[in-house]
Amino acid sequence: MNFRSVKTLYAAEMARSLRTILQSIVSPVISTSLYFVVFGAAIGTRISEVDGVSYGAFIVPGLIMLMLLTQSVSNASFGIFFPRFTGTIYEILSAPVSYFEVVLGYVGAAATKSIVLGLIVLATARLFVPFEIAHPFMMLLFLVLTSLTFSLLGFIIGIWADGFEKLQLVPLLVITPLTFLGGTFYSIDMLPPAWQIVTLANPVVYLVSGFRWSFYGMGDVSIWASLGMIALFLTISLAVVNWIFRSGYGLKP
Amino acid sequence: MTVIRVEDLSKVYDSGFQALKGIDLDIQRGEIFALLGPNGAGKTTLISVICGLVNASGGRVLVDGHDNVSDYREARSRIGLVPQELTGEAFSTVWDTVSFSRGLFGKPASPLHIEKTLRSLSLWEKRRNKLITLSGGMKRRVLIAKALAHEPQILFLDEPTAGVDVELRRDMWDVVRQLRENGVTIILTTHYIEEAEEMADRIGVIRAGELVLVEEKRELMRKLGSKALTLHLSEPLSGIPEALADHNLTIADDGHALVYTYDASRPGESEGDPAAIAELLADLQAAGIHFKDLHTRQSSLEEIFVSLVQENA
Repeated sequence: MNFRSVKTLYAAEMARSLRTILQSIVSPVISTSLYFVVFGAAIGTRISEVDGVSYGAFIVPGLIMLMLLTQSVSNASFGIFFPRFTGTIYEILSAPVSYFEVVLGYVGAAATKSIVLGLIVLATARLFVPFEIAHPFMMLLFLVLTSLTFSLLGFIIGIWADGFEKLQLVPLLVITPLTFLGGTFYSIDMLPPAWQIVTLANPVVYLVSGFRWSFYGMGDVSIWASLGMIALFLTISLAVVNWIFRSGYGLKP
Repeated sequence: MTVIRVEDLSKVYDSGFQALKGIDLDIQRGEIFALLGPNGAGKTTLISVICGLVNASGGRVLVDGHDNVSDYREARSRIGLVPQELTGEAFSTVWDTVSFSRGLFGKPASPLHIEKTLRSLSLWEKRRNKLITLSGGMKRRVLIAKALAHEPQILFLDEPTAGVDVELRRDMWDVVRQLRENGVTIILTTHYIEEAEEMADRIGVIRAGELVLVEEKRELMRKLGSKALTLHLSEPLSGIPEALADHNLTIADDGHALVYTYDASRPGESEGDPAAIAELLADLQAAGIHFKDLHTRQSSLEEIFVSLVQENA
């Protein structure tokens, strides 16, 4: 393992976020906090408890998950798309680094940013809404696994995209709708019976449910189904990244 | 001693375009090798395959004995690449981007080496500048500094002086010579024949994916170059006099000039055959033909190159 190379890639990616701290840290924290203010503090007081948890507290895990998914995907996709777009990718490809080390540098940095953001948003949410975390270890496990998996997905999108439009396509048209429909703002029990079944086809339901379980000990699906789903996502993403590097897709003609 | 060995290398792009057709090439340690060829001939593809940017379709590349696919770490760590396009992280500083390159190649930080490199490329004063603020020529230097940051033994320069003004080009040639003196092997592609003529020890000409020639520059110019001696006559001639028929003469400038062409490849004539010229001048004297001026010229590498490329077209 070439640790110096990984460290260099990782540090350069982290430095890029620090250079654009407003965009990469302050902006997602503010926009997520607005949800807490509007849905939690303002509207939430008029909504009855969901499964014994105040509405404001109920939406916290889902909102953090929404931010984690979109931020992981957009950070990681931009991280690898940018050198492809500017042409500086030549340096990465000609360096004595393995594919695994490249992924470790880029995806590691994107996942770190997401984890840090997740923790900041969690702390910010606590300022607006009172809640306890029943299973802190599981909460951290979900936070890390989700950040990692969706940073890998972002990396794949960044390699697949051949323009800025495609870069935005998946976060805007797939991830955000699936998260909104994935039980961020409601419990699946509140849906009509037919939709309760349909919604189980939405993979984000399992992530939000698992994350919420780690907070309040209850979820829409079993914790094992949630863990299984995130493990499946991670495996698929790793397999696709592995294929990309072996085939040279999007990187090496 | 061979430092890069290219064996039967071929590349067919997905579009079906065959960019390289069974290239065999040995690069010697410490030489400056110039790869010449028209646009789309395969120069950049060849460099890209050697450096790991493009997958080969067939054949193999050994860098200092290390296969550039199965033993890529060893192979790539020896190579520095200066790409043709002026790329770079626009908002990064010169110092940061050059340090990044060193770290990426797994070398421990060495501010001393970075300083030395920046100074040798006249970039030291600009080290805190962001790339976006630099001129094209300065950006080209930054790319060279990045390629040298990990102290490579082999440096690839893909069109290093494209779009660079004359003064900067001369500076860059000095830098390249300096690197060669320090033992770095240099492979450059260029459109500028003048550049190859000025710099290279050996020249390879690539055309439509095939190496049509690899030769020592001096040898190439000796073999393929021809010399011409032009005599500007005091009195015009209507034809070549009988007494001069043995010499390879033609009449030019409406009879005001005689051109004597001699093949530089014939033994003894590489620097011009003094005996032959003396004979010619004596015969001219005897025939009563006087001249008021004379000059000689040797065909340039450019003419040789054009004739090679056309010959094989």
